[in-house]
Amino acid sequence: MHQLTLTQLQQGLANGDFTATDIAEHYLSRIEAHDPQLNSFITITADQALAQAKAADKARAKGEAGPLNGLPIAHKDMFCTQGVKTTSASRMLDNFVPPYNATVVERLQQAGMVMLGKTNMDEFAMGSSNTTSFYGAVKNPWQPDCVPGGSSGGSAAAVAARLTPAATGSDTGGSIRQPAALTGITGLKPTYGRISRWGMIALASSMDQAGPMATTAEDCALLLNALAGHDNKDSTSATQAAEDYTQGLQQPISGLRIGVPEEFFPETLSSGVANPVRAALSLLEEQGAVLVPISLPCLAWVVPTYTALVAAEACSNLSRFDGVRFGHQCDNPKDIEDLFTRSRSEGFGANVKERILLGNSMLSVENYQRYYVKAQQVRRLISQALTEALQEVDLIAGPTTPDVAFGFDDKQDPVSMNLSDTFTIGANLAGLPAISFPVGFEQGLPVGAQLIGGAFKEAQLLQVVHQYQQATQWHQETPKLGAAQ
Amino acid sequence: MIEWETVIGLEVHVQLTTASKIFSGSSTAFGAEPNSQASLIDLGLPGTLPSVNRAAIEQAISFGLAIGADINQRSVFERKHYFYPDSPKGYQTTQNDEPIVKGGAIEIELENGERKTIRIHHAHLEEDAGKSSHEGFQGNSGIDLNRAGTPLIEVVSEPDMRSAEEAVAFARALYSIVTTLGVCDGKMAQGSLRFDVNVSVRPKGQEEFGTRTETKNLNSFRFMEACIKQEVARQIDVLEDGGNVVQETRLYNGDTHTARSLRVKEDADDYRYFPCPDIPPVVVSSEDIEALKAALPELPEARKARFVSEYELSNYDATQLTTERHTADYFEAVAKHCGDAKLAANWVLGDVAGMLNQQELSITDSPISAEQLGELITRIKDGTISGRIAKQVFDAVCESGKSPDAIIEEQGLKQVSDSGALEKIVDQVLADNPEQVEAFRAAEEHRQKRMFGFFVGQTMRLSQGKANPQQVNQILQEKLKG
Repeated sequence: MHQLTLTQLQQGLANGDFTATDIAEHYLSRIEAHDPQLNSFITITADQALAQAKAADKARAKGEAGPLNGLPIAHKDMFCTQGVKTTSASRMLDNFVPPYNATVVERLQQAGMVMLGKTNMDEFAMGSSNTTSFYGAVKNPWQPDCVPGGSSGGSAAAVAARLTPAATGSDTGGSIRQPAALTGITGLKPTYGRISRWGMIALASSMDQAGPMATTAEDCALLLNALAGHDNKDSTSATQAAEDYTQGLQQPISGLRIGVPEEFFPETLSSGVANPVRAALSLLEEQGAVLVPISLPCLAWVVPTYTALVAAEACSNLSRFDGVRFGHQCDNPKDIEDLFTRSRSEGFGANVKERILLGNSMLSVENYQRYYVKAQQVRRLISQALTEALQEVDLIAGPTTPDVAFGFDDKQDPVSMNLSDTFTIGANLAGLPAISFPVGFEQGLPVGAQLIGGAFKEAQLLQVVHQYQQATQWHQETPKLGAAQ
Repeated sequence: MIEWETVIGLEVHVQLTTASKIFSGSSTAFGAEPNSQASLIDLGLPGTLPSVNRAAIEQAISFGLAIGADINQRSVFERKHYFYPDSPKGYQTTQNDEPIVKGGAIEIELENGERKTIRIHHAHLEEDAGKSSHEGFQGNSGIDLNRAGTPLIEVVSEPDMRSAEEAVAFARALYSIVTTLGVCDGKMAQGSLRFDVNVSVRPKGQEEFGTRTETKNLNSFRFMEACIKQEVARQIDVLEDGGNVVQETRLYNGDTHTARSLRVKEDADDYRYFPCPDIPPVVVSSEDIEALKAALPELPEARKARFVSEYELSNYDATQLTTERHTADYFEAVAKHCGDAKLAANWVLGDVAGMLNQQELSITDSPISAEQLGELITRIKDGTISGRIAKQVFDAVCESGKSPDAIIEEQGLKQVSDSGALEKIVDQVLADNPEQVEAFRAAEEHRQKRMFGFFVGQTMRLSQGKANPQQVNQILQEKLKG
């Protein structure tokens, strides 16, 4: 059953081959069997899942089942879930049980989806390796001594290991696409504002975007149908009407112009990544797309720009964690200063503290013009360059990451960690939609390709990847999991 | 001996009257149970996001238009960072580089009639903080976030004021404008208007400013005046003793009438401002601005001028009546009803103001309506009751809420103007007091004048105050001649 996609499960439910309860029980038992090795979940909501599955079955019996009714989902642990602990993988929120649902959670719940649990992640979504979680690192199901990528590493690993057919993630600089690439699944970061941020614990508000992670583009489209749309509770959410993202999937891609920036294929790029990506582009060409060599020199500036802006916004967003109203509170504070200082010192991990320091420095009177304002200016230029390029071509393509998953033992300094996000960051700075999908393997580890589209062109991205997945099997490959202990 | 000049600039926090908060749907009503009006957003819960209350934007624009300022058609909310337990997000959402109101000016008039223009640097929108309370928590502090997120405009003046009197005149003028606009309820005891005063002194004639101090959170005109005078004296003392004024933030205690240093600003605070990424820039169209302009009520200055010309009131009375919009509205309703603006002004500024003051009520909660007061004045004018009885009727209306006519009728307070009836009463008085009558008749004219009052008093008493005083005078004069 777990080899089935959401779309196939939907079909099975409609045919009466199995019930939502059967599906939930199956995945819960897989989680129980395999997650102890992977550590992809922080919280497993078995009882709630079975109750929701039962309700979904009832709704179906009454003829009230929508397309997502009874299908399982796992939520990245930064989406607030009413009555269910939501931690952002931080000690700071180890005791935080939100009194409300994130819009993402609410919409999928309204659609009848069954929540299996909350997935592990990098602390406060800061990271590309999922090693900074208070709840321990997540393992890559393809090679347990390798990272799954991050920050949505738990969601990616869980989907790759088929512990859930789909999960939600968030992407500020590649946090959906990079782990999707490193675990061999399909992950979509929609246009900034396409999915409401209400209830999503913020990293960098001007770039954070929720999105679906699943095994196929078709499943991502199905989920996006429920997730996309304006939300009054998020002033930055797009007012542009959402579409039926499944509708155009079957359209051929002939005539589609795909820009291939030379900067996405630097000389240093390993052939193990370059070759499968080039092969994927060739296949798209065979399917009728036109490959157009382009150049985006602005990409050289994405990492420092992103680093400055994310740190600035993150340190501000994390100011509310002061130990006063919710979250970690130190024992026996002497006075209010002590309460603030110790609650924050104890609650935040080292990586988070580093970003807070950096962010405060970026925003200080001394540095504000020099770094923050400058970074905003460069951001506009990058955004302009990408938007202009997308007037010449329909899509921009390249590898999602410069490398396959690295080992836990490979020492990674924060700067080179950020560099591994070079290809993904541009789409965040420009607010553009982008998708990562599996295109092959290098030494047993998945390789992902990325497509970046024009604003609100999610349907086109999904269509191209769907057409590719009709002609390939990479997305059907599954890792061999260790035997249950 | 150096002659010192005082330089004063004000920052005024004006609480707006929107029904809900600036970034959440919570109510802004005062005095609710602690934290009962704090939503997920006001608590700063993780994942929550602000949505700008358009009504707050409109009120700020109306204020800007009223003071002739430029309205910034693309204003930006920024985050101002500092840790404080009643600041739930670790930052205050406010405006900094791009405030909604830029420039403008407010005219003030001093008691000697001198007029002066005080320039406004800008006014920006921001959210209020919660309140910390340090009593009744066994050494801990309580936090009430009901006020957190209440919309404010902070009005920042130029340092154009040169005395406590000017500062108070400015504060009063500002008060009149915001209450006339209805953007502030003017309830100063509840903190609806809070003043921070920046004070410095310099030798008269010197161009550059002296070092200033800022005293925060003054919420009455009286405190403000006292505080400024005290601070000016303190600074002059320091300087004349050869010392330096330290740039600091001070806090005034209204109970002890003293101020103390809160913190010394050695370096300027670094609040690490940056544009709030959760709130897109606030864009207002020229049409929106025009519509708000068209909807502006008559402003205090214009209304005052009209009261002087239209109702022939004194400048003083007109000023008093137009300080607060509802008072002016009340007065106009009374004047219209009774057709006598001067009497109406006297009653509104006299008995009505005294009664409201005593009962701690605002004019909108007055127990006597403008129509009732108009009716009462009409009854004085048409001779139905005397001025003295009118006070009695006034009190009865306030107490019972019944109409003046009903009370006059019920209590039989109609003035006796029937000369036959009055003559009878006067005859009775003269018959009861033969010795006084005799003495009067024997007295010289200048003494008679003083003695006459006795007979008037007796007659009024006998008539239970209902006798028409003019007629009583006339009849008495005739009858006492003998």
